[in-house]
Amino acid sequence: MSKDIYVVVEQRSGAIQKVSIELIGEACKLAADSGEQVIAVLLGYNIKDKADMLIHYGASKVLVIDHPVLEHYTTEPYVKAVTKVIKDCDPNIVLFGASSIGRDMAPRVAGRVHTGLTADTTRLDIDVKKYQEYLKTSTSLALQPERVDALDTSDRYLKMTRPAFGGNVMATIVCRNYTPQMATVRPGVMEMPKKDTSRAGEIVPFDANLSMDDMNVEILKVVHDDKKTVDITEAKILVSGGRGVGGPDGYKPLRELADVLGGEVSSSRIGVDSGWIEKDRQVGQTGKTVHPNLYIACGISGAIQHLAGMEGSEFIIAINKDESCPMMKIADLGIVGDLHAIVPKLTEAIKAYQRSQTL
Amino acid sequence: MKIVVCIKQVPDTAEVKLDPKTGTLIRDGVPSIINHDDRAGLEAALQLRERVGGTVTVVCMGPPQADVALREALAMGADDAYLLSAREFGGSDTYATATIIATALKKIGFDLVITGRQAIDGDTAQVGPQIGEQLRLPQVSYAEELDVDGDYIFVKRQFEDSAHVLKVKMPCLVTALSELCEPRYMSVRGIVDAYEKTVTVWGFDDLKNDLNPEWIGLKGSPTNVFQSFGKKMRDPGTLLKDLTADQAVEAIMEKLIERHII
Repeated sequence: MSKDIYVVVEQRSGAIQKVSIELIGEACKLAADSGEQVIAVLLGYNIKDKADMLIHYGASKVLVIDHPVLEHYTTEPYVKAVTKVIKDCDPNIVLFGASSIGRDMAPRVAGRVHTGLTADTTRLDIDVKKYQEYLKTSTSLALQPERVDALDTSDRYLKMTRPAFGGNVMATIVCRNYTPQMATVRPGVMEMPKKDTSRAGEIVPFDANLSMDDMNVEILKVVHDDKKTVDITEAKILVSGGRGVGGPDGYKPLRELADVLGGEVSSSRIGVDSGWIEKDRQVGQTGKTVHPNLYIACGISGAIQHLAGMEGSEFIIAINKDESCPMMKIADLGIVGDLHAIVPKLTEAIKAYQRSQTL
Repeated sequence: MKIVVCIKQVPDTAEVKLDPKTGTLIRDGVPSIINHDDRAGLEAALQLRERVGGTVTVVCMGPPQADVALREALAMGADDAYLLSAREFGGSDTYATATIIATALKKIGFDLVITGRQAIDGDTAQVGPQIGEQLRLPQVSYAEELDVDGDYIFVKRQFEDSAHVLKVKMPCLVTALSELCEPRYMSVRGIVDAYEKTVTVWGFDDLKNDLNPEWIGLKGSPTNVFQSFGKKMRDPGTLLKDLTADQAVEAIMEKLIERHII
C-alpha cells in the first residue's frame, strides 16, 4: 500500500533551495494528520553532506541520489531517478517545488508513472476539518457554509488548492484513483519549519541506475546573472512607484527595496508618461495586469485604471502622504507618511532581518 | 524540417471578472485569444522556416470554436492546421490532454514540436512536458532563444537565477516563453488565404486506433476538480498615520514576516 510523503529536494550548485525546506515543513504537518513519515529525496552530485540539514528541518529519512550526471539539472536523468524512487518505494504523496526545475521535472514524472499532478499549489490539506475551516474563513464559500459542511470528513485524500484564471478563481484538485498524489508547490507560500540540530534520522544512499548516457541534451554553457527581459506579470513581489516618487531618481530606492525582496519595480502611468521608467513596467488598464503576492504602492494615489491592473494582488501595502486617496482604501496596510524617508529604512531593516535568518 | 506548434485558445484572463456574490467567473463577452506563449512559439517556428525551409503545422485541441485560433495561425503564415475536437476529449486534465495531442502528433509526424510554456487560463505548464513524455522526446522548457543547425537545435533556457544553453538532437520538444519572439501580425493576404485553407478536424474516431479511451476525457483524467471558489473579498485594511519613519518600517516588517514574504 502506498505510504509516506516524499519531498523532492531541489539544490542548485549544491545549495539547498528554500522552497524545499518549506515543503519539508508542510509535509511534516500533513504527515501529522495522516500518521505518515516525511522522506526527502536529495538529488545531485557531491551533495551527501547536505542530507543532515534535511533531517534537522523535519525529514525522518533522506534518500540520497548522488551521481555526476545530476551535477547540473537536465530533465531526463532527474526524471529517471525520481521515477525509480516512486516505483521502488510506492509513496502516497510526492511534492516538488513549483520552480522552473520542479515544473519541468514533475509533469514528466507524473506522465511516466501515469498519475495526476496539480501545478503551482498554494495550499494542501488532508484533514477535512482544517480544509473546511479554510473554506469558511478565507474564501467566497464563507457565504455558502452548507456546501462546506456537506463535505465528507472521513476523506483522507490530499486536497490540493491552487489559483487559476490569472488568480481570479481558486480550485481544489484531488487525485483519487492513481498514486502517488503529486503536486508542485509555489515557493514562498508554506511556512519555514524550525531547525533542530538534535533531530536524528536515517540517511540512505539510493541507486537509481543512472549513467552519463541518460543525458539526452548537451549543456553548452551555463549563464549566471543573465540580464533578463522584465516581465512584471511574473513577479511575485512588485514595488511600484507613482507621482509621489518625484522623478527618475525616485525609483532608485524602490529598486533597492525590490532587490532585497527578490521582486521587480513597476510603475503607475505617470512614471511612464513622464519618461521616468520603461513602458514594460507599467501596471494598469493600458499597462499590465499583475497578481503578485505583495504589491507595495509608493506614492500612487490609485486611479481606477491603475487599481484595475493590481487589485488582484494578494497583499497590498500603500505608502502615501494622502490618507484619503483611493489606494489607501483598498490597501491591506496603509501607511500615511513620506516614502522617501520610509523606503530606504525598510530596505535596511529587511537586509538585517535576512542576515539573521540565513540557513 | 517539419515543425509542429501546439496552440491553445484561451479566454483573455485580463478580461475575466468575478461575480462578487457567488465567486464564480463571468465569462460572457470575454474575448478568446491564442495563448501568448503559444503565439511566441508559432512566431519562432515561422522564423525558423524562413531561415532553413520546411513546414509549420499548428495543432489545437478544443471546441469547434477553436477553429478561429487556427485560422489566425494560418493567417500568420502556418502551412496547415489540425483541430482535435470531440466530446470524448472534454474534461481532460493535463495527462489526458497530452495523451490526445501526442497521439495526433504521432500521426502528423514532426522533427520539432513547439508548445507554449503555459496557458494563461490553467497556468499549469504541464501539457508541453507531458506531450514530450508521451512521445519520449528530449525536452527543453522555458526557451528564450532558439536556433537550428542541421539535425540539432540550440536553445537558451531560462531558470530563475541563470540560463543554460543546450544543444539537442531532433526530434525534440521545446516550450516557449513569450519573450522568445515578438509575434507578427496577420497579413491581409494571409487572412484571405487562411479562409481558403482547410483546417483538418480530427475527432475520436480519427485517433481511436492509437488512443486508449480509458485514459482520456473527464473519466480518464487522474486529477479532478474537488471544489472551486473565489478568493474572499478584500477585508478593509489597516490604516496607520502619524508614525515616525521607524515606526512605519516596524509596522511593515511585522506584516512581511507574518506573511512569510521575508
